[in-house]
Amino acid sequence: MTLKTILLGAVSALALSGIASAETLTIATVNNGDMIRMQKLTDDFKAKNPGIDVQWVTLEENVLRQRVTTDVATKSGQYDIMTIGIYEAPIWGKQGWLAPLDKLSADARYDANDLLPPIRSGLTVNGKLYAAPFYGESSMVMYRKDLFDKAGLKMPDAPTWTFIADAARKITDKSTETYGICLRGKAGWGENMAFLTATANSFGARWFDENWKPQFDQPEWKNTLDFYVKLMKDAGPPGASSNGFNENLALFQTGKCGMWIDATVAASFVTNPKESKVADKVGFALAPDNGLGKRGNWLWSWNLAIPAGSKKVEAAEKFIAWATSKDYLNLVAEKEGWANVPPGTRTSLYQNAEYQKAASFAKMTLDSINSADPKKPSVKPVPYEGVQYVAIPEFQGIGTAVGQQFSAALAGQVTVDQALQSAQQLTEREMKKAGYPKK
Amino acid sequence: MARKVSTRRKLVMSAIAWTLGILIFFPILWTVLTSFKSEGDAIASPPVFLFFHWTTENYAEVQSRSDYVLHFWNSVVMSLGSTLLGLVIAIPAAWAMAFSPTRRTKDVLMWMLSTKMMPPVGALIPIYLIFRDVGLLDTRIGLVVVLTLINLPIIVWMLYTYFKEIPGEILEAARMDGASLAKEIVYVLTPMAIPGIASTLLLNIILAWNEAFWTLNLTTSKAAPLTTFIASYSSPEGLFYAKLSAASTMAIAPILILGWFSQKQLVRGLTFGAVK
Repeated sequence: MTLKTILLGAVSALALSGIASAETLTIATVNNGDMIRMQKLTDDFKAKNPGIDVQWVTLEENVLRQRVTTDVATKSGQYDIMTIGIYEAPIWGKQGWLAPLDKLSADARYDANDLLPPIRSGLTVNGKLYAAPFYGESSMVMYRKDLFDKAGLKMPDAPTWTFIADAARKITDKSTETYGICLRGKAGWGENMAFLTATANSFGARWFDENWKPQFDQPEWKNTLDFYVKLMKDAGPPGASSNGFNENLALFQTGKCGMWIDATVAASFVTNPKESKVADKVGFALAPDNGLGKRGNWLWSWNLAIPAGSKKVEAAEKFIAWATSKDYLNLVAEKEGWANVPPGTRTSLYQNAEYQKAASFAKMTLDSINSADPKKPSVKPVPYEGVQYVAIPEFQGIGTAVGQQFSAALAGQVTVDQALQSAQQLTEREMKKAGYPKK
Repeated sequence: MARKVSTRRKLVMSAIAWTLGILIFFPILWTVLTSFKSEGDAIASPPVFLFFHWTTENYAEVQSRSDYVLHFWNSVVMSLGSTLLGLVIAIPAAWAMAFSPTRRTKDVLMWMLSTKMMPPVGALIPIYLIFRDVGLLDTRIGLVVVLTLINLPIIVWMLYTYFKEIPGEILEAARMDGASLAKEIVYVLTPMAIPGIASTLLLNIILAWNEAFWTLNLTTSKAAPLTTFIASYSSPEGLFYAKLSAASTMAIAPILILGWFSQKQLVRGLTFGAVK
């Protein structure tokens, strides 16, 4: 490329952005398959809404979180629409950082009542919807049917933790690098703590009691962590304490895991013959339970929201209405097939016969999402919201610090008791510093 | 007098140098190789080295999804701009410190360096607010300013050590001949320090090109350089290693090529003054 062409390109890019600046929506989003697909379909929105242009800023999840938090907290107005998690939505809504989506809630054509109840409730503060879900997920068991057949096992639709542990130990054959179960071990509030907090719910554990007192000194947490560490030692892959979603995905796709309990979004990856060696051998089941009435599955959604004080609220609302509408689901189905429709946001999608036929994991995803209740995540009552997280601003820091303790316990650097004791101490300290219990 | 070096010693030293060189270069080579793999081959276990199905589909995908030219141009403007602006400020500063030091010169130098010891995130919110209020967020000028400030201590330090090697008598002679201060710096000092200035220039272009904290946090779309281009291909949920590698390769290629061509200059500049 000559310098001249480079210069010409830069100048024309500048000119383009200059012309359209009157009504250009800048949208911050994460790099995942469904969001990339939305970017490719933007022309449909532009055709229906002449005069509004769209500019995408795609970022890695952690970078995005840092960027949009700085921007929304300082009211800098760099973004007109932000992609935020279900963790941030209620916190930011309460802070007054987001513009309520009143128009959408009232629009009969948009049909907000069609949004899946647990997700809608997670995005609502004081009766106002602060973000519209673009795609939702839960977690479930993915397992290798061939390995189960070989071991003479049959996976129930709704397994218990005891069954999962027995099956994992039976399938494990370390001589052929086949491990019964792959679970997250990498420290982080969104990595191992997402899995462990959701699992702990099914063991009857909770982060805090009604008075915001940390509960890591209770037997439920000890049972959870003991179970996890022992299971991973017997039937997990080596070096599991550094495995996150991507590492386990690679292990599962290359045929090294008998089971993997993780995000429902993984279903479309592991069944894709282009990427996965085991694409035709994968079965699905609900996340396990212990007979206490709560399953160990989480609830997450990526949502579109408008920062408060934005000058382009009207155009931004139009875009959000387009991207999270029933029509958008039909558009994706028409262009890319039903299997590629963003899952987990609307009830009507799961009643669609064509979708049920195209996505073998549809029912499992819906059941998993509907069984997760962010307002009542655990067996015992809690003062917080959130299934695999605690929806308070302090949680990112505390969750990651506790995650480091649990990761160390998995790696064998500390005992389970030591890890729980440190977790209890550091959580007590941080919560006291943050001024809990709040009046 | 040079010491006599035995052939064996030479061989051992070369072997060590080559091993180290390959070790350091290997991650880059692996990134380039991965960028030509399919996503499936990218996570193959055991890893495949050369014998896989070569494909350029990742490059096509990256091209179609983002505006490489815009990001590239922003990187060029930002790294060249900040380095040149830095030199304009640092040459007189280093001149003063090298040729007319005071009792406090060493302290000033240490103080300048100490600003590099604070984690940048500590200054993020104040700088972000200032940038917001003066309208510098997501502008090239804003990036040039902030990168100049960040790299200035290093530029001053490097130039200072080079200038120290130049005998002050030459400058005195120029002064005796009636050269003004500006002429002395432009016509006498600068030409003599060209190798030093050149290596400072190159090193700082590389530093600015690779800067990934401020460039990510202070830009959105219009002024976003290649670091944000890479960040948009990283994903915690989903294995897009091949595409990420393709984006990385495209981002580092220009600076890698520049480094190759200016290798001699860089090494000479960096060791300048160390051995006489």
